[in-house]
Amino acid sequence: MVQIKMHLLVCGGTGCRASESAILVEQFNKHLQLNGLADEVKVVTTGCFGFCEKGPIVKVIPDNTFYTQVKPEDAEEIVKEHVLKGRKVARLLYEDPETLEHISDSKHMEFYQKQVRIALRNCGFIDPENIDEYIVRDGYAALGQVLASDPKETIELLKKSGLRGRGGAGFPTGLKWEIAAGNKADQKYVVCNADEGDPGAFMDRSILEGDPNSIIEAMAICGYCIGATKGLIYIRAEYPLAIRRLEIAIRQAREYGLLGKDILGSGFDFDIQLRLGAGAFVCGEETALISSMQGSRGEPTIKPPFPAQSGYMGKPTNVNNVETYANIPPIILKGWEWFNSIGSEKSKGTKVFALAGKINNVGLIEVPMGTTLREVIFEIGGGIKDGKRFKAVQTGGPSGGCLTEQHLDTPIDYEHLTAAGSMMGSGGMIVMDEDDCMVSVAKFYLDFTVEESCGKCAPCRIGNKRLHETLEQICHGKGTLEDLDYLENLGRVIKDTALCGLGQTSPNPVLSTMQYFKDEYRAHVVDKKCPAGQCKALKRYIIDPTKCIGCTLCARNCPTDAITGDKKVPHVIDQSKCIKCGACYEKCKFGAILIR
Amino acid sequence: MNKIKSLDDLRKMKQSLKSDISIREKSDKAEEMVRIRVAMATCGIAAGAREVMNTLLRKVEQDSLPVVVTQGGCMGYCYAEPTIEVAVPGKDPVVFSHVDSARALEIVDKYIIGGELLDGIIPVNYQSIQEKI
Amino acid sequence: MDKIKLTIDNKPVEVAKGTTILQAARQVGIKIPTLCYMNLEGMGVENRPGACRICVVEVEGRRNLAPSCATDCTEGMVVRTTTPKVLNARRTVMELILSNHPKDCLVCASNGDCELQDLAATLGIREIRMVENAAFSTYRKDYSFSLKRDMDKCIICRRCESMCNDVQTVGALGAINRGFTSVVATAFEQNLSDSPCVFCGQCVAVCPTAALTRTDDTGKVFKALADPTKTVIVQTAPAVRAALGEEFGLEPGTLVTGKMAAALRRLGFDKVFDTDFAADLTIMEEGSELLGRIGGFLNGDTSIKLPIFTSCCPAWINFFEQNYPDMLDQPSSAKSPQQMFGAIAKNYFAKKSGIKREDLVVVSVMPCIAKKYELTRNEFSSDGNRDVDISISTAELASMIKMANIDFMSLPDEDFDHPLGESTGAAVIFGTTGGVMEAAVRTAYEVFTGKTLERLEFKELRGFEGIRTASVDFNGTAINICIAHQLGNARKVMDGIRKGELSFHAVEVMACPGGCIGGAGQPYHKGNASILKARSQSLYREDAAKPLRKSHENPYILKLYEEFLGQPMSELAHHLLHTHYFDKHHKI
Repeated sequence: MVQIKMHLLVCGGTGCRASESAILVEQFNKHLQLNGLADEVKVVTTGCFGFCEKGPIVKVIPDNTFYTQVKPEDAEEIVKEHVLKGRKVARLLYEDPETLEHISDSKHMEFYQKQVRIALRNCGFIDPENIDEYIVRDGYAALGQVLASDPKETIELLKKSGLRGRGGAGFPTGLKWEIAAGNKADQKYVVCNADEGDPGAFMDRSILEGDPNSIIEAMAICGYCIGATKGLIYIRAEYPLAIRRLEIAIRQAREYGLLGKDILGSGFDFDIQLRLGAGAFVCGEETALISSMQGSRGEPTIKPPFPAQSGYMGKPTNVNNVETYANIPPIILKGWEWFNSIGSEKSKGTKVFALAGKINNVGLIEVPMGTTLREVIFEIGGGIKDGKRFKAVQTGGPSGGCLTEQHLDTPIDYEHLTAAGSMMGSGGMIVMDEDDCMVSVAKFYLDFTVEESCGKCAPCRIGNKRLHETLEQICHGKGTLEDLDYLENLGRVIKDTALCGLGQTSPNPVLSTMQYFKDEYRAHVVDKKCPAGQCKALKRYIIDPTKCIGCTLCARNCPTDAITGDKKVPHVIDQSKCIKCGACYEKCKFGAILIR
Repeated sequence: MNKIKSLDDLRKMKQSLKSDISIREKSDKAEEMVRIRVAMATCGIAAGAREVMNTLLRKVEQDSLPVVVTQGGCMGYCYAEPTIEVAVPGKDPVVFSHVDSARALEIVDKYIIGGELLDGIIPVNYQSIQEKI
Repeated sequence: MDKIKLTIDNKPVEVAKGTTILQAARQVGIKIPTLCYMNLEGMGVENRPGACRICVVEVEGRRNLAPSCATDCTEGMVVRTTTPKVLNARRTVMELILSNHPKDCLVCASNGDCELQDLAATLGIREIRMVENAAFSTYRKDYSFSLKRDMDKCIICRRCESMCNDVQTVGALGAINRGFTSVVATAFEQNLSDSPCVFCGQCVAVCPTAALTRTDDTGKVFKALADPTKTVIVQTAPAVRAALGEEFGLEPGTLVTGKMAAALRRLGFDKVFDTDFAADLTIMEEGSELLGRIGGFLNGDTSIKLPIFTSCCPAWINFFEQNYPDMLDQPSSAKSPQQMFGAIAKNYFAKKSGIKREDLVVVSVMPCIAKKYELTRNEFSSDGNRDVDISISTAELASMIKMANIDFMSLPDEDFDHPLGESTGAAVIFGTTGGVMEAAVRTAYEVFTGKTLERLEFKELRGFEGIRTASVDFNGTAINICIAHQLGNARKVMDGIRKGELSFHAVEVMACPGGCIGGAGQPYHKGNASILKARSQSLYREDAAKPLRKSHENPYILKLYEEFLGQPMSELAHHLLHTHYFDKHHKI
């Protein structure tokens, strides 16, 4: 008998699949076959490794070799060299951006060194389409343990663990369960909020794609604790892979009797259905989510009543998000003391972030609460792209705020981020560099909230539109100082009066950029200049007569004939005709075109 | 598929499935593991390294040993193939020469489990298993 | 019940658990302004989506402002309703709402009767800050016989949705689109006329602006009155006299029957008649039908289906035809009083007076806007000439009186003209919920038992409960009656009957809260249920004051049968006074 000596873990997350990782798997299998290694080497499609910047990722087990940006045609070389002869393929190894050294073992990458993976424990490690692999990783053991005990004990354990909702608001999970458990009803529901909608965020998607069983197990645990027999996962239809893996996992769990009647002989019944959402951001708000699941317009309702009192179909309903559920089985198996020892004073455990923007290591990370922004951005994230200067980081998605250099040493937890004028949110983290105009950044986020407002309450429906229009005016050089007062007042009123969390936080990008980048706003309205050079309307192209030799190249390339001048005489740009396309700037060989 | 009817069933199932994934779990905790690297270059393979590797893998699995077996390229001891390098946590790595299946098992029993030193150790003149490539 | 103590603007208040800040504040004379909030107390009609955010207040310890309409009081709560922060928020939100609302107040249908206008005045809004060329959300207009939708004026308070979906369970309206382009519309953005709308107009009745308005037919009436070749006669429904006075500053519940007749005469109507006459006629026909069916049923005729449903309310008939096409043979085949009047006017009065049918214009004044639709139904025309030509609402009549320079308050009380102006007390109470059934019972009892009623007032049929049931003893035979007002209540009753869980001999349904007195053609009660109760009481007062209180005692009715119709349910009566119903189930 030949022993399996090696596993090739190939990332099958949405990002890596987009880069042909599924074909890569086929190629691996083909070349293993050709080299007679099919019996000795197993190819496993896993969930996301998090290092999406350099996907597709292939990890070779047992030596932990971490290959990046592997193309289907690289499969042959990896098989022939590494698998067959033990020689690593150097060109596919990760290169440290500072030392330029190749790092073969992912454990030595700074990206992974600072991470603590609880929610992501199985992502990039197991085959998410095979429940057996989850079971080997202690899967469903927590459920078994809980089913043999009093639900109150589990709730108590969760309360002591300090776990707080990872969807954004940070409500203590144990307390939430306790409230739902305390409300008597003939039917209760457990809902998983998988309506991840922040731009650039994919924490929940990755968990669902990489470890769907952990959510199923946690929901069943919740069902037992609060007295619910039905679970619903509200997931957006744009997540087809996550949906497929959930469906497979649910089917396999049912086949094993881990969902359905009399789970593990306990007498407890629980089953889960999927509900596909149409991708409205506001449906991430729990009351809007419930409304949408009931077939109504996805818009929030006033609280109270809270879902724990009257939720889905008017019954007590516990809603937690994906990441929150993913934390629950390990807490039960390892104990509250273990979880409580990780993190900061009031925020326990870890948090998953989707790093994006002008950062070297775009990807998915999980760090202990209390890790500083600096560690995340400069160590795990590998710093700013192209050696540019860090300007700001936006946390909390469109509802969060922009934090600056002065906040880099802020520990990441619920309290500190809120105190700094941003928020934890669901875990989006977008990094901006010196080239980003903060007025435009605020406008970008408002673009999103204006689009995603459900339209129910007046402050959000109309107010955000007016905020957006005012920012637009400022970017077009038509802003006044009064506009800045208007923005500030309107932003505060929306925050104070909007109905739901979306509306109440939607002015945050404006208010926080106004707080920390007031000078930049003033430059736009007083000097009519965009310091970052992003606002087209505020750019002026002029020709430096001392540098222009009158070659006419710019004039010939100007699409609006805005540039005039005789040969060998310095040219001039007619500002009234210039559309700021930048063609002259690109063409000039003498650096005579200046942007002011 | 059979239904899992109790927590005990589940635990049994986990045990029976364990081997499938243990290689990953071990490499995840590689620093706590004894690491055996089998030189699997052409010279090693020609001298029977594959058989040695297979034997080691089977032994490790049967006895559930905290050992990771990896393969490496040529270490330069072509005269002494098959060679294996054994790195016990906290100790310097040791290279054994002329390893066949029987000797491999002996190394596991005596050196790794028993902690005794054996003949046939090649003096180490390279960095360690932890080199970057 | 648990009591809660709190302070509002430093005033201590004690309220029951579950009381909102808004209600508590009203207890101590603090009137927090509201816009989207609506509560028809005692009728189970509430709209509190918490959408407009005008009623926000400061609550100590809370990070944002609280919508007072939707925030329950808690023990020890400290509420402030007029801090600079609150006032600024309220005004800023109001400015936002106004920034997306047309500024054509002077020529708006709701000018002077607009909650948004009033609120802008209350809050002292003097400017609306926004950028030049700020976006304005717009939507196409939609016209129907009964009402007009101009969604540019909609402030998305959702009251119409609450009425249409929750109260009436018609489900014609709902919010569509998102964010700034959100708008209340029908499914698939159909025209209202093609939607499941039943034209009850309760959406119009609660609209705080002019987004939903009644179709204005006053111009047609003025034109007919000015045409020398036409004889123009008018009929006024019972509920009109109970509410018209409100348009002239009178207390709700003031009856203005005499002044109304005088005003109509001064407007130039050739004859001022009364729909009440037709109501008495309705009782004769419907009462006979009821007795016939009950008699047959009690004699074991299995082809007869009970209960019999009243058919006076056109919105109810629309609702019925859409939702219960399996029961088409169950409503009374008697036409509504408006249409009975039209049929008698055009076929009896015209002949009697020697006027050609096409030269006679029949105008109705109704508390209702579904009547505007009802008269257009094909079965109510003869050779393209409608039995009733124009229907105007109570409010439209008031506006005509104002436009015609008539000083309503100084008018003398005048009587209706004969022969179609005489009526009994039974007809008057048609205008309030339970009235039709009470009127029918008064006549049916005497016909069935051959005895004279000792007690005319059936208190058990009166009241404002949404669904009321009573059993009336017809000389040893118990007649089981159900009365429902508001279509949502009707649906409950109908579903119960369809499932066999409920069984009655007769069911009265009125679509609007309180019956016709709460119709969409009336001056808007703006959620004040006491106005409806006052109107209802006034009708019972008029009934009590009438010398004749049973329809079968109306001498002109008796004469009509003698001269023209023969017997109730005669062939001619069938031809002129009865109708049939259609399957209008909406298939999507």
